[in-house]
Amino acid sequence: MNKFIPFMIFCVISGALYIGLNLNPGNIPSALINDPVPQFSLPVVGGEEVGLTSDELAGQDEVVIVNFFASWCAPCYVEHPFLMDLKARGYKIYGVAYKDKARNTNTFLAELGNPYYKVAADEVGRVSIDFGVYGVPETYVIKNGVIRYKHSGPIHEMEFEDKVIPIIESVDQ
Amino acid sequence: MKVLFSFILWAMMSFSTFAVGVDEVRLSDPAEEAHAQDLMKQLRCLVCQNQSIVDSNVDLARDLRIIVRERIIAGDSDEQVFAFMTSRYGDWVLLKPPFDKSTFVLWLSPLLLLMIGFFIIFRNQQSAKTINRDEPLSDEEKNRINALLSDKGEV
Repeated sequence: MNKFIPFMIFCVISGALYIGLNLNPGNIPSALINDPVPQFSLPVVGGEEVGLTSDELAGQDEVVIVNFFASWCAPCYVEHPFLMDLKARGYKIYGVAYKDKARNTNTFLAELGNPYYKVAADEVGRVSIDFGVYGVPETYVIKNGVIRYKHSGPIHEMEFEDKVIPIIESVDQ
Repeated sequence: MKVLFSFILWAMMSFSTFAVGVDEVRLSDPAEEAHAQDLMKQLRCLVCQNQSIVDSNVDLARDLRIIVRERIIAGDSDEQVFAFMTSRYGDWVLLKPPFDKSTFVLWLSPLLLLMIGFFIIFRNQQSAKTINRDEPLSDEEKNRINALLSDKGEV
């Protein structure tokens, strides 16, 4: 019996390490899931007028998607066609340009197409910090003013179907 | 050659000491600045993950350092500064995780291992005690010893 103990310890450690191998350390769970959208007001890209406020997001009857992006962010280019696809499927996506120059944001949207219902600029990045953004792109799913889901990195079809569609279709809250 | 290497090493070490936020406005009160840096050392950089926001030169870490300084000027307590961070980034942002129901295993496992160690020592001592050294040799044992001694190992 005793000679099996080291082997059992080995098995436990291997098992734990194997599970650890499959975890993504870049995926930090959001602290804001099921919390109301943080209060904010952001200007339009390259202007002073109000572009997007928390009240607008909270006042929507449908599920809305908030996407933080930047023209300097390579994965945002990867994600962009899928956002265009979502727009074509009728989803309302709000864009927040994170620490981006207005000129570059506008070029990005003009060249690739604008998937957003509205675009606001967060040049200092403070509102993004309030959302718990730590890199771009990040995507939030908001239902009735409550953050229901967050995805860090480019969002894909599979992720969207597995995680976001159930939230959109769920009747509760 | 050795002199050159030691000079390079010295230069690297001496520069690293003032690498903290060279690009930032520091607090005018040195005590408050030291306090702010102490808090920053306990906050994890979200991008570099195993660095504190003091050690990281990522944009976001700089923004978070500025926020820590702002909160201190605003008169926040340490707990309030940490609460500001954890409400946005979760407990993950704290390099020292809090003791709660999801982390108690983490915190108590060293104690548990220590107890297992003591148990093993205790058990080994108990089994050592069962061999009674004071008991005289039995006749059979005496015969064996005599045989071994007289026959040069051939029983």
